[in-house]
Amino acid sequence: MKYQVDENGYYGSFGGAFIPEMLYPNVEELREHYLSIVREESFQTEFQNLLHDFVGRPTPLYLGKRLSERYGAKIYLKREDLCHTGAHKINNTIGQILVAQRLGKKKIIAETGAGQHGVATATVCALMGMECIVYMGEHDMARQRPNVERMRILGTKVVPALSGSKTLKDATNEAMRHWINHPTDTHYIIGSVVGPHPYPDMVARFQSVISEEIKQQLITEIGNPSPDYVIACVGGGSNAAGAFYHFLNDEHVKLVGVEAAGKGVDSGQSAATTALGKAGVLHGSKTLLMQTTDGQVVEPYSISAGLDYPGIGPLHAHLFETGRVTFLSATDDEAMEAGIELSRTEGIIPAIETAHALAVLSKIEFDKDDVVVINLSGRGDKDLDTYIKWGKY
Amino acid sequence: MNRIEELFSRKKNNILSVFYTAGFPTLSDTIPIATELEKSGADVIEIGIPFSDPIADGPVIQESNNVALANGMNVSLLLKQVKGMRQTVKLPIVLMGYLNPIIQFGVEKFCAEASAAGVDGVILPDMPMIEYERTYQQLFLRYHLLNTFLVSPTTSEERIRKIDAATKGFIYAVSSSSTTGAKGDFTLEQEAYFKRLQQLNLANPFLIGFGVSNKTTFATACRYANGAIVGSAFISHLRQQQGRNIKSFIDSIKLV
Ligand SMILES: Cc1ncc(COP(=O)(O)O)c(C=O)c1O
Repeated sequence: MKYQVDENGYYGSFGGAFIPEMLYPNVEELREHYLSIVREESFQTEFQNLLHDFVGRPTPLYLGKRLSERYGAKIYLKREDLCHTGAHKINNTIGQILVAQRLGKKKIIAETGAGQHGVATATVCALMGMECIVYMGEHDMARQRPNVERMRILGTKVVPALSGSKTLKDATNEAMRHWINHPTDTHYIIGSVVGPHPYPDMVARFQSVISEEIKQQLITEIGNPSPDYVIACVGGGSNAAGAFYHFLNDEHVKLVGVEAAGKGVDSGQSAATTALGKAGVLHGSKTLLMQTTDGQVVEPYSISAGLDYPGIGPLHAHLFETGRVTFLSATDDEAMEAGIELSRTEGIIPAIETAHALAVLSKIEFDKDDVVVINLSGRGDKDLDTYIKWGKY
Repeated sequence: MNRIEELFSRKKNNILSVFYTAGFPTLSDTIPIATELEKSGADVIEIGIPFSDPIADGPVIQESNNVALANGMNVSLLLKQVKGMRQTVKLPIVLMGYLNPIIQFGVEKFCAEASAAGVDGVILPDMPMIEYERTYQQLFLRYHLLNTFLVSPTTSEERIRKIDAATKGFIYAVSSSSTTGAKGDFTLEQEAYFKRLQQLNLANPFLIGFGVSNKTTFATACRYANGAIVGSAFISHLRQQQGRNIKSFIDSIKLV
């Protein structure tokens, strides 16, 4: 299991739990119990039932015929956009709220970028009758307004993060500060495979249902569980971790992560962490980070609020370093064009995060019978304003 | 003997450690503030290395970090300034900051240059004990930098004992489960926690920090601990007074 976390919380040289002492009891409690909790039969029953009845899993694996014709391969879309609340994020929040309950926690906090994780957290908190606070960068609140209102309708308090670039990094800082100030009754539902150990591993496990289903579905579709490619966008990396998970040790499957190049990798306005980052410590783990030579974290940029993060999860840093996953990037314009293309070829308006994954179809040379799975991490409803502002359709 | 050990062997009570951010309010304030603190009767000088994402800090110190970074402060410049202040300053100097700027500077290079510049110790809140022991301890010891760990009200006795055993110098007792910043008087619950620490009879001295902002909170802290650390309140003072009138601030805290 060379791509799994080791007993110290590391993926190769990345990971760990770099947290102030004030967070130690909380994180340690979680580390001690998360595996035994998720292995309990009662947990698994409740988790599976909710994924089935509430989230609507399994999500379809849909063969995009016109897209396949255009790119000369068999292109399947893993329809996470059809999950309740519109993205893969809810797979993780369902899992974590069940863990939080079993740890006896009374309150939930979360950070959010695009608002998808915030909505997914607000949703499970409403479902379980738990109090919820979501931190969101002030800038993201403006560009993802519908999600802010959805969280509020669901009874969640949305608190603007006013520091730094007022985006996901800053919302995460604020959520961590809140957790420091509320050390006993609160569980922090981190929204991606980032943060101190055991979060990256726990979130990857909850998202791994994506690749579990892909394998099953491919057996039915093509008589073989292994595709030639799996492609996913990477913000922190949770949808990619879930889509890659059960293929990591199957080295024939080419795995492709797509980061946001913003206005261009070298434009000074991007979020392409593997291209620009160096090893460092942020938000509790050692990972690849976009930073200055002085070690100050750079404020990233992407048109998509969910990819606008200066790091990637430690698992992905390790997958990058070992070469197991190929990382590509897509610019704002490439992503927007790919979003419009999917809308017109398959009748699916994708989230702008997801559109980044679609944008690399034109950058890879496929063989005619390559089986390609794209993780369609979310739907574009939340992004209408951005599509409208971009305007070229 | 390192200056920190020397101080604690000589003085057991009412130790006043003062924290400020390097390069705040202006880039050239770091040295004069240290000089003034020594003249005014502080016992330890704690200098913050600014970081873009200080997750253990409240708004006042966050803001001083932003200003210092905008002023151009970095590790290399700070070490030059420490060397400069050592022309006159004899007090123990402790650098406090987050791990990332030090990793980028190079941990060994940092230890060597900090030690040569006259730094006595470090406090790195996001470096947990396990990482220290696994990766950094040897280096810090080789360069005679004493590492201070934090304990908080939720730290178990077992863990406090472990931290005590891994510490040389002093322990930093965070007064409440919180980020940095002044919060008024200490509660009875906080005093009970201070008392619990006092009764553990730790091998190392301990200082109480976070929320020490005036004579009352300093006096309360000193009833139980060897002294206390003032941070946010001093930064607010520096901001209001453009880095001046340091003596009047120290007089407003220190016990006579
Ligand atoms: C639809 C969608 N896809 C992808 C992401 C990026 O997150 P991650 O890389 O953790 O999957 C987000 C984040 O908000 C999202 O909303």
